[in-house]
Amino acid sequence: MLRRVPPSLRRALLSSASTHYGGAQIPNPSHYPSQTILPQWRRHASVASSSAPPQSPPPPSPPRGPSRSGGGGRTVSSLNPAEVAKFAAIAETWWDANGPFKPLHLMNPTRLSFIRSTLCRHFRRDPYSSKPLEGLKVVDVGCGGGILSEPLARMGATVTAIDAADKNIKIASIHAASDPTTASIEYCCTTAEALVKEKRLFDAVISLEVIEHVANPLEFCESLSALTIPNGATLVSTINRSMRAYTTAIVAAEYILRWVSLLSAS
Amino acid sequence: MRASAVSAMLSRRRCFAAAANRIRPLARAFCDAPASRADAAPGGVPGSQDRSQEVGGVKAAPDVLDVAVVGGGMVGLAVACALSNMPLTKNLRVAIIDSNPALKSRNYLTKSSIPDSRVSTVTPATISFFKDIGVWEHVQQQRHAFFGKMQVWDYTGLGYTRYNARDVGKEYLGCVVENKVLCNSLLLRLQEELDDIENVIYPTRLVSLTFPSKSKQAGMKPTSSEPLSAGHSTEELHRSNLVKLDLSDGRSLYSKLVIGADGSKSNVRQIAGIKTTGWNYPQSAIICTVEHVMENDCAWQRFLPSGPIALLPIGDNFSNIVWTMSPEESLRHKSMSPEEFVMSVNRALDFGYGPHPRPNALDHFMEKFFSGTGNTAASTKESFEVPPKATGVVSERMAFPLSLMHSHDYVSKRLALVGDAAHTVHPLAGQGVNLGFGDAAALAKVIAEGVSVGSDVGDLTLLQRYEKDRKAANVAMTAVLDGFQKIYAVDFGPLNVARAAAFHGAQYISPLKRNIISYAMGDTKWPIFS
Repeated sequence: MLRRVPPSLRRALLSSASTHYGGAQIPNPSHYPSQTILPQWRRHASVASSSAPPQSPPPPSPPRGPSRSGGGGRTVSSLNPAEVAKFAAIAETWWDANGPFKPLHLMNPTRLSFIRSTLCRHFRRDPYSSKPLEGLKVVDVGCGGGILSEPLARMGATVTAIDAADKNIKIASIHAASDPTTASIEYCCTTAEALVKEKRLFDAVISLEVIEHVANPLEFCESLSALTIPNGATLVSTINRSMRAYTTAIVAAEYILRWVSLLSAS
Repeated sequence: MRASAVSAMLSRRRCFAAAANRIRPLARAFCDAPASRADAAPGGVPGSQDRSQEVGGVKAAPDVLDVAVVGGGMVGLAVACALSNMPLTKNLRVAIIDSNPALKSRNYLTKSSIPDSRVSTVTPATISFFKDIGVWEHVQQQRHAFFGKMQVWDYTGLGYTRYNARDVGKEYLGCVVENKVLCNSLLLRLQEELDDIENVIYPTRLVSLTFPSKSKQAGMKPTSSEPLSAGHSTEELHRSNLVKLDLSDGRSLYSKLVIGADGSKSNVRQIAGIKTTGWNYPQSAIICTVEHVMENDCAWQRFLPSGPIALLPIGDNFSNIVWTMSPEESLRHKSMSPEEFVMSVNRALDFGYGPHPRPNALDHFMEKFFSGTGNTAASTKESFEVPPKATGVVSERMAFPLSLMHSHDYVSKRLALVGDAAHTVHPLAGQGVNLGFGDAAALAKVIAEGVSVGSDVGDLTLLQRYEKDRKAANVAMTAVLDGFQKIYAVDFGPLNVARAAAFHGAQYISPLKRNIISYAMGDTKWPIFS
C-alpha cells in the first residue's frame, strides 16, 4: 500500500531544500503572486475545516512580506513583524535540543504535563490513558517548530497548528511527517484572527510563549477566545512576572548567556 | 511455614497491588486528577485499550514497533512485563527477540527433585517491583526460599557479623530463587497480560542494527541535493526515522526504541559502538546445589584467602553454593569426585583455613560500649554459629569467570541498555541481577513518563533521564563490591586486623549494621548519607 508523498508536502520539501542550499533559487511553483494567495488559501482552509481531519498538511503559503502582517490601524493580525522575523531567522534550530531553543525543550515536559492534567480534568478524560486527548480538536497558536503540537498529537488530539512565520511551518511539517502519529497535524501559516474570520472552532486553544511577542495582547486574547467553543479550554502561557523569572529568563538568558537573542526588551 | 503465611498475606493484598500498579502522572502535574477517574466518561476514550492500533487513521504495519527488547533473559522479560503492566504503556507495541527455546514454556515449572545451580538472590526492592508488576505471585507457586538471617566471617577467625531482618523491622532479608523460575514467572505474567504473546516473542537472533542517520531523517537538512522522488512512499519516510533490526530468519523490524538486554557480551552494545571499562577478576566462581539433613534458613558467607564461599538456602533441604576461587582451583574442583568436593565444601565452610571466631574480651567490650547507641539490633546478641554440613552435591558443578564491566553510556539515540549489557559486578553480595531489575523498573518508568507527555519513546533526552537515575546507583554498588573484593583478596596481617575490626564494627554498632542491611536490601540508594 504505497502512498506517494502528497504534492503539498513535496512542495514544502522542495522549497525548504532550495532555501537551505541558497545558490540559484529554483523558481518555485508555490510562489504565487500575492494577490491570488488569499482567496486560494482561504478556499483550502475552509475545505479543511469542513471535512474530516486532513491526512496531510495543506499547501504552504509563500512567505508573507512585512507589510502584510504589520500595518497600522485595522491590522489583519496582532503580530509584531520584527518578532516574527527574528524567529524565522533561527528556524532551522527548532529541533536541536541543545541549540538556541534548549530552554524550551527543557520546559516542554512540564508544560505538557500541566496541559494533560488540565484538559483531562476539564473534559473528564481518563488521566491514565495513553491517548487521553482522543477526539479533541486542539489548535496550537504560534506553534513554531511544532514542539508542542507533536506531543499533543501523540496524546490523541486532532491538532491544527498555526504560525505566522512560513519557515517555521515548513520545518514543523517536515519534522512531523516522519512519524505517522504526527503526520496528521494540520499546519497552516496564518494568524489567529484569520482563523476567527473563517469561524473555526476548537475544543482547546493553546498559545504558549506567544503573547509576549504580540503587538496587541488584548486583541490576541479576544481572538483566542473566539476560537474556543463554549465550555472549551483556552491555555496561554508566558514568562512569569516575578523577580526570579526576570533574573533567569530575561537577564541571564537574554543578556548574559545570549541564548535567546531574539527577545526584544519590550 | 513463614513462606505460606507471607503468600496468604500477599494474595489478599493483590487487589491493592493492582490499583497501585497505575503509575501516577508526573509529580510535576499541577493538579491531581485521580478524583476524576471515577467519573471519567468512558465514551470519551474510544478504543484506547484496544491493542490493534489505528495510528492517524492508518493501521500500523506489523513490522513497525514502539519498543524492541533484544534479549529475553530475566531483565529483558522484566522490562516487557513492566511495560505491559502499566496503563500508560500497555498499548505500546513491544517485541522480544531471543532464540532461546525456553521462552516457549507456558506452564508452572514442576518442582523437579533437584534445584538448578543457577540461582539469584532477589532483594526486597526487587520483590516489591515484582509484586507491582504482578509476577511475584507466580514465583510463589514455584520453588523459592526466603531467608531472614545472614552470617559473614572470614578465615582468620578474628571476627564475624550476623544480620537479621528484624534488625530493620522486616521479615526477610531476601529470597533465593532459581533463574529459570524467575524467567518462567515473568513469561507467565506476560502471557496473562498480552493476548498475542506468540506475536510478541520473535524466536530468532539479531543480526544487525541500523540506526537512523541524520541524512536519512526527514529533518532539517536533506543532504541530497536532488529532491525526494515522486515514488518515495510515506511508509519509507516513516521507517527512515526508526531503527532497523535485521533478524537471522531474514525478517526486518523497525522500532522507535531498541532495548539491549542481551547480557554481558551484548551484541547491541557492540553494534552501537558503546565503549566499556572493566577488568577481569583473577577469579572464577563454581556453582552447584548441595543437600543437608535439615532445612537451611540462613545465608552464610565465609571469606577465604582465594575468595568467598556462599551457602544460600534454595528450598526444601537444598542449598546453593557460590564459591569464588582462582581459575585453576575452580577447574580442579569442578572435575574432582562428588565426595571429595563435598568434603572440600565442608572444610571451606567450617574448620578449614582457620579457626572459628571465638568471643573474646574485645567482643564483650564492644557489645557493652555500643549498646548505648540507640536500639540494639537483635543480631548483635547472636553468637557465631557453624553452618550446616553438606551431605551431598546433587547438581552439576558449573564454573564461570568473573569480571567487572561498566558501560560508558547506558543510552544513545533510540537505544537503551539494561542489566548485564550495561554492567556486571562481582557476585559476592548477590547484587548483580538486582541492579538489572532496578534498571528495568527505572526504564519502564521513564518510558511511561514519556508517553504521558506525548514524547517519542526513543527520544534521547528522555532516555538520558533513565541513565542519570541508574548510572549513579550502579556505579556506587559496583565500586562497593569491587572494594570488598579487593580488600578480601589480600592476606596481610594489618589488613586482616582491619577487616576484623570492620566485622566487629558491623556486628556491634547497630546503626551501621542497619545501614548495611538497608543498602543491601535495596531500600536505600546510597550506602551512607541516606
